[in-house]
Formats: sequence, structure tokens, C-alpha cells
Amino acid sequence: MLTKLTSSLLGGLAICLAGAAHAALPIQHWQTANGTQVYFVESRGLPLLDISVEFDAGARRDTPAQSGLASLTARTLSLGASSLTEETISRRLADAGAQLAASFEPDRAGMTLRTLSSERERSQSLDLLAKVLQQPDFPEAAIEREKARTIANLKEEDTQPGPIGEKAFYAALYGAHPYGLPGSGKVETLAELQRQDVAAFYRRHYVAETAVISLVGDISRAQAEAVAGQLSAGLPRAAAPLPALPGIAPPARGETLRIAHPASQSHILLGTPGMSRSDPDYFALYIGNHILGGGGFSSRLTEEVREKRGLAYSVYSYFLPLAQPGPFQIGLQTRQEQAQQALDIVRATLERFVAEGPTQDELRHAKQNIGGGFPLRIDSNKKILGYLSLIGFYRLPLNYLDEFVNKVEKVTLAEVKDAFKRRIDPERMVTVIVGGDDQK
Amino acid sequence: MLTKALLGAALLGLTWGAAANPYEHRLANGMKVIVKEDRRAPVVVSQIWYRAGSMDEQNGTTGVAHVLEHMMFKGTPKVPAGQFSKIIAEAGGRENAFTNHDYTAYFQQLKTDKLPLAFRLEADRMENLVLTEQEFAKEIQVVMEERRMRTEDKPQALVYEQLNAAALNAHPYRHPVIGWMDDLENMRVEDARAWYQRWYAPNNATLVVVGDVRHEEVFKLAQTHFGPLKAHALPPRKPQQEAPQRGIRRVLVKAQAKLPYLALAYRVPVLGDVNQDSEPYALEILSGVLDGHAAARLNQALVRENRLATDVGTGYGAISRGPGLFLIEATPSEGKSVLELEQGIRQEIARVQREGVSSEELQRVKAQVVAAQVYQRDSMFYQAMLIGQMESAGLSWRDEKTILERLNAVTAEQVQAVAQKYLQDDGLTIATLDPQPMEAKHAAQKMTGGRHAH
Repeated sequence: MLTKLTSSLLGGLAICLAGAAHAALPIQHWQTANGTQVYFVESRGLPLLDISVEFDAGARRDTPAQSGLASLTARTLSLGASSLTEETISRRLADAGAQLAASFEPDRAGMTLRTLSSERERSQSLDLLAKVLQQPDFPEAAIEREKARTIANLKEEDTQPGPIGEKAFYAALYGAHPYGLPGSGKVETLAELQRQDVAAFYRRHYVAETAVISLVGDISRAQAEAVAGQLSAGLPRAAAPLPALPGIAPPARGETLRIAHPASQSHILLGTPGMSRSDPDYFALYIGNHILGGGGFSSRLTEEVREKRGLAYSVYSYFLPLAQPGPFQIGLQTRQEQAQQALDIVRATLERFVAEGPTQDELRHAKQNIGGGFPLRIDSNKKILGYLSLIGFYRLPLNYLDEFVNKVEKVTLAEVKDAFKRRIDPERMVTVIVGGDDQK
Repeated sequence: MLTKALLGAALLGLTWGAAANPYEHRLANGMKVIVKEDRRAPVVVSQIWYRAGSMDEQNGTTGVAHVLEHMMFKGTPKVPAGQFSKIIAEAGGRENAFTNHDYTAYFQQLKTDKLPLAFRLEADRMENLVLTEQEFAKEIQVVMEERRMRTEDKPQALVYEQLNAAALNAHPYRHPVIGWMDDLENMRVEDARAWYQRWYAPNNATLVVVGDVRHEEVFKLAQTHFGPLKAHALPPRKPQQEAPQRGIRRVLVKAQAKLPYLALAYRVPVLGDVNQDSEPYALEILSGVLDGHAAARLNQALVRENRLATDVGTGYGAISRGPGLFLIEATPSEGKSVLELEQGIRQEIARVQREGVSSEELQRVKAQVVAAQVYQRDSMFYQAMLIGQMESAGLSWRDEKTILERLNAVTAEQVQAVAQKYLQDDGLTIATLDPQPMEAKHAAQKMTGGRHAH
């Protein structure tokens, strides 16, 4: 669901999305016999191996009528495969000490595996990963149960101000585009989904041609090639290219949605469709946002809302770069009675930032933080794996990380100001306020 | 929600590595410095752990440990308010802090060559913090917003808070770490000041550094920055032991939600003497048998087979300064009652008590213990966390090896025995969420035009 995704992406891509100037990360890249892209970093420091296999099977492949199908497919892949029951799969993974999880985002979906690199454990867990990806059974009983669990969670979410606000925000930003659909689906659409829908979604989307395999860890290139070959070989083949998605236009007018809720805090979200992974303004917007609300304690929003006035514990802004423009979002929670005051301050801060841009000092500070902090972004296998799968899925250049800090360094004050002026119009923001009385 | 101090976490995720690593040194003022060399990346994490958490608070000022944590960013004569974070950010660093029942900790993550900066700033605010009315008045509002966000508007968090308060009578673990709202409303800057003066001293602190460093150099650097700080006497700490529980306790929480929710807390021991104690190890393994993986007993039986629950989990942390609780939390499936779910959980507990656990299950949990100790070494931050938590609980990082050996030696009979001894009604507290329908309808009211909201 987008609500959950947003938070994971916040910690992942949107904020930690960065690169290098520093020691080049030795990324090896090749293609398997059936067209799967492979990205590999050999890392011998610890006896472990991290793998992700991702497909063009994220929430964007949902349709309004079958909202939630992509997520249900990702979640049920491992619940029975090659005639092994879910119980057997779980037990064998646990016996090897392996950790297998579904990954699910707006654009992509798949599985990640963490295993020991020792021969016995590695081959046992890779065998299970291959079975789950290549021969999922989608048992009727597991599908029905996961549908029921998801429906129950959705009903719970519909009472909680955070998820209510997120869903309204995405729907208002994207309308009929699949980015506007809740990733976990809706109660009505989930209820209608059948096993054959899941199986068909799998056959169409979990195909070798769009798969990206990323590996980091304690194996050789030859071993990595064998692993990638094993994982890719039995995948379904693409019958036809997936359809192009509709374009995304910024809203013609600003819009404010007020949703009554009895919670003590109001949840406020402001935003507009932001930037894509291949956006020409990517670096200018990225740095600008760091100064506005992405840079933690030293950002303008935190300074104005929290440090100067004590109005909120958490206030932030981010761009979520996707294949198409993902959201630019500002968010905060504050006591109902002072929601309007906080909103006024957020709007004034945004307006001023767009009108005047950052100061030279702020720009220097942001560059120092992003550049100086680069080694922290690739200081573990898990973090490196995240970048490999990102580079692979979005077809970013192999030297993307090496170039990142250089590109950040080159951004000028005028470019930040110009990019925000062109891309972020404070008059055309979607604003969602969950809390209080809807008549206010 | 419930602390998942499971396999791979506080107790089981232990380090091995070279025999000499980590390294420990004590400064003359009593401050302990522990360094773990890890050269996988040119970075370092520095954490300073004060042995003062919410369990050291007194009635009327619950939450003050956490409030002081916030105030520690509000400046000294040399480093004015807001500058701490700015300086670290300009050095490319990340920094924050966290408070728990047992401790308050502050951390910086930096390129290795910036470590002196972190030491200089931490040493400065250990002794020279300036607490003003004005900064306090703003920050206490921030903390109250934090409480609203984490607890007041989160039905399951309210249940957990009530569970703790009901399960314990005498020990301060019964109070939420963030404090009761009324105590926050009535807190004054003097309360924060008194807390700072009482507990912030080198002889109540442990510095943990993990990264691409040489331990001798870190010890030297620590001496330079922290060495000049003066030790002072710490107040006596009272044990505040719980009296034995004499029967089941139940508490009901009404809050706006859709699904009910159930949380059980059994009173259990925690690790005191790593060599003599045996029950905490068996309880850790029991937690793994019940909830260590997707096909572990509770998930397999209650979520997958009987479909009584949409989710179920356990929590037990053997490493702790205060009394232990073995927690089980679960959400009933639609159409199932909390009572049915409670019975389902009790049946699974009774099955362990009656039939014990298989050697296969035991091996599976131990395999996860072994893997977890490798996985946790992928994160420098996490390695430092484990050292800090052990030290805060009064154990030593040196106990890791023993703990691991003892866990691997746990027998099926010991697991069955602790289930029989501790998972019984007289030491049980059950908290239930009774979901209330929403009062206000939440139909969206739409306005177009960016500024209509004013």
C-alpha cells in the first residue's frame, strides 16, 4: 500500500538516494541467456549473500477494477511453490537461517533473500528462492486467507488518520493514474479477486525479460553467474510488452480536502506530482528539497515549524522519484486546534522558498552534508543491494553512484531556484487535512 | 509496538570476530570506552550511553529522561541552540538520540576522520548544557506532539501502555518511557535541570565506537575530550522489586478503531548472572519456537491454520535492568472474538507445556541464532547498539560468547520447563482493545483554489 511504501521509501530511496564521488563501487553487470539484467558487487568481508529479484510488477500495474492485485501477487508468491506447502518453505528457510521477503513498491515488485554464503545454507535457500519465483502454486486457501487479512487491515486503516490522509492525497494527485490507487487495494476490489487473476498477473509480469537480479556478497563472479542463471532460467517469458501508462499532468488548480476525524492530532499533507527518475531537474530539486524539508534538523520546515514554534514533532518534505513523476510531499502532524496555524506556516515557508530560493550558505551546507555523508550510504551490503536494484530497474548508468556527488556539487543556486519556480507552484498544491470538524 | 527483542536482537544477535576485538578502557573519571574495529567501510559510529532511563524517574516527572534527551540539542555557551545538528550535518554526518526504560543514548555516524568532532561536541554537552525557560517551553510542546503521535492516537499503543501499567505495580517500568501526558503538561525546566545534574556525568556514561578506527587512537581521543570532565556521586538506585503476582489481571481499553487487539504479558525472569542463570536462555528459545519464523507455532496455528488471527507475535528481552515480561500480541480475524483468540493462544501454550518441543524445532531456532549473529555484523550501528544495551543492563560485551554458548546448549526439557513454570495465569496480565466506532463521519469536503483554506 502506498501508505507503508512511503515510509519505507523515505528511509530508502527518496532521502538516501544518492551517490558517490568517492571510491567507485565496483559494480559488475551482465545479461543472462534469456534477457535478465544482472548487477553484482563482490563483497568478501562477511560470510553472507544478499539477493533481490525484481520485476515490472509493482502497484503501477494495477487497474482500478482490480486494485490490490499486484500486491496480493507479490505477497502470495512464497506461500506454496513447486508443490511445497508454505509451511515446508518457511521451515526450510528457517533451517538455513535464511530471510526471504516480498518487496513491493509503486513501480517494482519481487523478492529479497538474505542467506549465509556457506555452501549448504546458500544452495538450500537459493533453491527455495528459485522455486518461489519460477513455480508459485498460489494455493486457493492461501489466497483467500491473505485477501481476508488484507481486507481486515484496510478496514482498520480506514479508521486511522494517517492512512486516510495518504490515500486521499494520492487519489487527489493522480486521479485515474495507477499511482493514485492504494497499493494494497480496496475492500471492494480485493473481495472480487480470484486465484486465476493472481496466476495470470504473475505469468504476465514476473517475466525474464523485465527481471533485474542484484547480488551483493561473499561469492565469486562465476558463482554469481551461475546463481543468476539458475534464478532466471525458469521464469515465464514475456508474451507481449506491457502497456504504456497514461501521462501525469500537474493539477490545473490547487485543491484542499478536509476530512473530519476525532484524533487529537490533525494530519496535514501538501503536494503535487514531482519528479521522475530521469528528470532533467533531478539534482536541482533533490538539493533544493534537502534544504526545504529533507535535511532533517537543519531544514527550513523543521526550523520554522518545530524549532521556532514547537508545533510538531515531525515535519518533512520529499520527492519520491519514480518511473513517472512521483509525489512531492510535505507532511506534518499537529494538535487539532493549531492545525491551521501550522498549515499557514508551512505554506508561507514553501512560498518563500519558491520565490527566493535558498541562500548560498544553505546550498553550501547541503552539498557538504550530501557529499561528506556519501560513504554512509554504501557502508553495508544491504544498502549496496538497494542501490543495485535501483540502478537496475531504472536503467541508471553503472557509474550513477560515482557521479552522484559530482552532479550535486555542480548544481548552482540559480538552478535550484529556477527548478522550483518551474516545477512547484504553491498555488496549485493539493492539501489534505485529516482531523477536526470538516466544516471548519 | 511490543518490543521484538528476538533472535538477532538484544540477546541472540551477538558478535564474534577476532578474539581481541572489541577493546575496553576506563578513563580516570570512570567513563568506560569500548571500541570495536570494523574496516568494511571508511566510516564510524559513535554512541554515548547514559545509564539513566525512564526507570530512574520519580512520580510526577515521568518522561523527564526523554525530555532531557530533546533538550540536549538546545545548546551550550560554546555551541548555541541548533548548532550541534548543523555542525554534524556540515561534516556529512547523521545524528540523533533515543531514550528507553534503561538508558538514554546519543549517536553520530560520520566519515572516520570526523570522529574528533563528535567527541568534542558530546563532551561539551555532557558538562555545559544550558537549559533555558524559553527553549524548554517550546520543546515540551514538541514532546507532547510526539506523545500524541506515538500513543494518544494509536489504539494499540494505548493498549500496550495499559498492559504495562497493569502488569507491574512497584517497578517504574510501569510508566511509559515518553511519560504520562499530565506529567508532561506539568513539567518545568527545573525538572530537566535536576535530571541533567543528577545523571549526566562521565562515571555514568559508556562510549561505544564501532568503525574503521584503531582502538589506541580512539582511547587517546577519548582521553583528550572526555578525560577533563569531573565525576560526581550518583544517587542510590533502589531495587523497587515487584511483589509476586497473585492472580490474573485484566484491563480493557476503549479507543476508536475497527479491529480488536489482544496483548498478554507473563511475568518472567531476565538475565542476571550469565553463567548461573538458565531460565532466560530457555525463554528466548521458547519465544523463537512460538514466533521465530513464518511457520513457527503461533503463526502456523493461529494465522495460517485456524485463521483466528490476522497477526500474532511474541516479545521477550532477556537483557534488561528491570523485571521481565514475556509478551504475546495478536489481532483477531474478522468474525472471531478476542475471547476465541485468547483461547487459541492458550491452547498453543498448553501444548508446549504438555508435549514440549521437538528437537527439530529446537535446531531450527538455533540455526537462526547462528545466522543472526552473522547478519547483524552487516550494520556498524547495530553492533554498537548491542554493546550499549548489554552494558546498560549491567552485563558486559564480554558476556556475548557465554550467552551464545548457553543458548546453543538449551534443551527441549528446559524450554518445556519454563513454559510450565512461567506461562501460567497467576503471573498473567491481559489487555484488550475494545474498538469504538468513529463518531464523526469522515466524508471529504473539497475546495478548489490553493488558498481557500484560510
